[in-house]
Amino acid sequence: MTAETGIGASVKRKEDARFITGTGRYTDDVSAPGQSYAVFARSPHARAKLGGIDTSAAAASDGVVAVFTGADLQADGIGDLPCGWMVKSKDGSDMVQPPHPPLAIERVNYVGEPYAVVVAETLEAAKNGAEAVQADFEELPAVVDLKNAAAADSIHDAAPNNQCYDWELGDGAATDAAFERAHHVTRLHIVNNRLIPNAIEPRAALGEYDAAAGSYTLHTTSQNPHLERLVLAAFVNVAPEAKLRVISPDVGGGFGSKIFVYAEETAVIWAAGKLRRPVKWRAERSESFLADAHGRDHVTDAELALAEDGEFLGLRVRTKANMGAYLSTFASSVPTYLYGTLLAGQYKTPAIHVQVQALFTNTAPVDAYRGAGRPEATYVVERLVETAAREIGMDPSDLRRRNFIQPDDFPYETPVALTYDTGDYEASLDKALAHADYAGFAARKAASEASGNKRGIGFSCYIEACGLAPSQVAISLGAGVGLFEVGEVRVDVTGSVTVTTGSHSHGQSHETTFAQIISEKLGVQFENVTVLHGDTGRSDYALGTYGSRSLAVGGSAIVKATEKIVAKGKKIAAHILEAKEDQVDFADGVFQVVDSNQSLTFGEVAFAAYVPANYPLEELEPGLSEKAFYDPPNFTYPAGAHICEVEVDPQTGVVRIEKFVAVDDFGHIVNPMIVEGQVHGGLAQGIGQALLEHGVYDETGQLLSGSYMDYTMPRADDLPSFLVDTTTTPCTHNPLGVKGCGEAGAIGSTAAVMNAVTNALGVTELPMPATPETVWRALREA
Amino acid sequence: MRQSGEHRIPAPRAEVWRALNDPAVLRRCLDGCRSMRAVADGEFVAEVAAKVGPVRAPFTADIALCDVAPMVSYRLEVRVRGGVAGFAKGSASVRLAEVENGRETALNYSIEGAIGGKLAQIGSRLVESAARKMTASFFERFVADFAASAAPAR
Repeated sequence: MTAETGIGASVKRKEDARFITGTGRYTDDVSAPGQSYAVFARSPHARAKLGGIDTSAAAASDGVVAVFTGADLQADGIGDLPCGWMVKSKDGSDMVQPPHPPLAIERVNYVGEPYAVVVAETLEAAKNGAEAVQADFEELPAVVDLKNAAAADSIHDAAPNNQCYDWELGDGAATDAAFERAHHVTRLHIVNNRLIPNAIEPRAALGEYDAAAGSYTLHTTSQNPHLERLVLAAFVNVAPEAKLRVISPDVGGGFGSKIFVYAEETAVIWAAGKLRRPVKWRAERSESFLADAHGRDHVTDAELALAEDGEFLGLRVRTKANMGAYLSTFASSVPTYLYGTLLAGQYKTPAIHVQVQALFTNTAPVDAYRGAGRPEATYVVERLVETAAREIGMDPSDLRRRNFIQPDDFPYETPVALTYDTGDYEASLDKALAHADYAGFAARKAASEASGNKRGIGFSCYIEACGLAPSQVAISLGAGVGLFEVGEVRVDVTGSVTVTTGSHSHGQSHETTFAQIISEKLGVQFENVTVLHGDTGRSDYALGTYGSRSLAVGGSAIVKATEKIVAKGKKIAAHILEAKEDQVDFADGVFQVVDSNQSLTFGEVAFAAYVPANYPLEELEPGLSEKAFYDPPNFTYPAGAHICEVEVDPQTGVVRIEKFVAVDDFGHIVNPMIVEGQVHGGLAQGIGQALLEHGVYDETGQLLSGSYMDYTMPRADDLPSFLVDTTTTPCTHNPLGVKGCGEAGAIGSTAAVMNAVTNALGVTELPMPATPETVWRALREA
Repeated sequence: MRQSGEHRIPAPRAEVWRALNDPAVLRRCLDGCRSMRAVADGEFVAEVAAKVGPVRAPFTADIALCDVAPMVSYRLEVRVRGGVAGFAKGSASVRLAEVENGRETALNYSIEGAIGGKLAQIGSRLVESAARKMTASFFERFVADFAASAAPAR
């Protein structure tokens, strides 16, 4: 029974029936009687003094219920939006966290920053009202260019030279020594382009206040409703934690951008209490472009020191990371503990030193976006390794092999603070080379050249740290929260099972994957398992979904809860069957006395627990419902080899991906079909960064790529049919042996594409995205 | 955004100068201009209906004449408020020189501009070409205006 629906089966997704029939229930589908509508007035300037805000015309506008500004929130004790990760500079000082009021007070610091909210009877009335808000802006010169931000006017009084922190990791002296004895040094200047997340469902919020109970309910598009509640209660001061319920129903994509606590839902839930009526807001696409946290945006100088035989001796990395105008919820952790710690990659580089200067600019805040720091690290390492191979005349696959951490090196302690538990990097590379027909590349290249085109091949052997995270490690490094997860398994009287999890699904398919775990572990029919998530009123406090953590951490919590269920079930079965507890086995949904034909089904035991006629009530509580918290002892380390082959038309500069091979090691896999889907999505986003996507501000801080006319999303015809495969070294420290797959595609693929394009063009450096214009110009300059 | 150019106008400099300060002429020559009125000495308010890509909106422009050197040069400071569509601001420096023994006038202009808000977000690429077109059409009409008024005299 469970073989078809248990671990390892490509069960079709439970969620899809409602998603493809239009019966999904997203935040904007939820309405409350008498609800009003909020529209935000947003700064058209990148940097300006905000003088008086005249709300009188807006307030007098037809249908407007109220107009609020930052001063109103401040007067009501609403606090700033906090950053949840304290990073310290190398001199030991704390990072600078400038004030970040939900609605701007005194200054605006990026285009799109909200400075007033208009609440009205209808959406149209709210829009008209927002247009009528008059603010006096005294424009100031905007700080936009990351490279020169430290030399520009300080945006925040608290942040001289616009510096948030200047962080380092690794052994600087040992790295210097490695470079001194290097036979060859490869250097690259790398710009990791700014990306705009673009979830299909824009952010939304519905705030409600129950005057009788004095409690608030916030429906919002959050990847982690408990975190949203904690921040709004404990830091922003919206309501006591117990008086605030946060519900994230179906959410249409997050990619990190819905982890964060934003101004809009803060203003909405506060206004609902102030006005004693429900308030709804949904972002328009333009607002998403302007005010969702953006991703990436690093400028890096990196150097790799090699011995004569190609052995890596040292790696030196200097990065400027753009924080945008304010620190978003986890912004500080992305270019540090999710970036610097991954710079060993899959290699035994003995000495690594990284410095990261985080800077404020007059642009939208930058925070985690699919991969968060790890794509940036992979891009640095894998562009460097490929370039080094070309410079020393070694095959890129051979140079990687020469330096791989070997299977018997695990557990392997890197020079940048992580301990990899397991892996087999050569196995993935070998498989990828075979799929890519690497041996046949020369012939394909010759054929392309014969037809006047250029062809290139590129590798990327990435590693990521997922399953965020061991709480004590994270807290010791500055995290303001633990990072465990909770799972509750409630067996119903009739033997069906309801699971609640603190993880959140916004595309990941928890309702299917977690039901498969229950089906496997308890022998319950897959159809009889219901998975609930996304509601602080239903599950205990836990941390939600990001960093490819749901299965490794949330799934492990559920496994732990099933173990408790089985242990209790054995006690119940032993009592009824008059056997000793240690004589009862449980397999495939049946409790059986060893070496006998006496058995009880899982359903019979559940019924006995709830109708305790023949039941050891003096020793055992009735009922069959268990909960477990799981705190991972280490990160998980998914890794893999991506190979990209491109053809370039030198007449037009158009890059066509001829073949893309991704071989990933995710440990054990619960649902191969879902995993493949996750890889496809990640690859599309990674390839999008390399060839298409680019968040661009002009020198005055205006967002130029503010719509789909100028921000190019990957489409089906931009992508090849992917060749996806896996290898398996099970994670050594979680009960499922799983590692996580959500971000891998976006982490590994970008470097593979750019290595292929630079290989085709015969150039060392090429800025992303490699648009036809960029490629065409590079060919003419080469 | 920067543009510059030169036009030869078949009229003496004094006439060109007068036209450049005449709201009626300016309104006639500016594509989509519904009204142009002087609100103070050297200050005008113009209402222009412009379509820039997908943004179709009425814009109100405040125009101020600065650094006026009569008969020789001035600078127009323009601030455009487009409400929800965003804003634009810019300046146009115009310089006149007599040519052909004063029978004709050489008009040199250079324009600098910046846009913000939705205009920049959605229409940046389009705004630049739209601005080029508007400028080109303005001077075409401006020159044609003189040609037309000069024609009967010939």
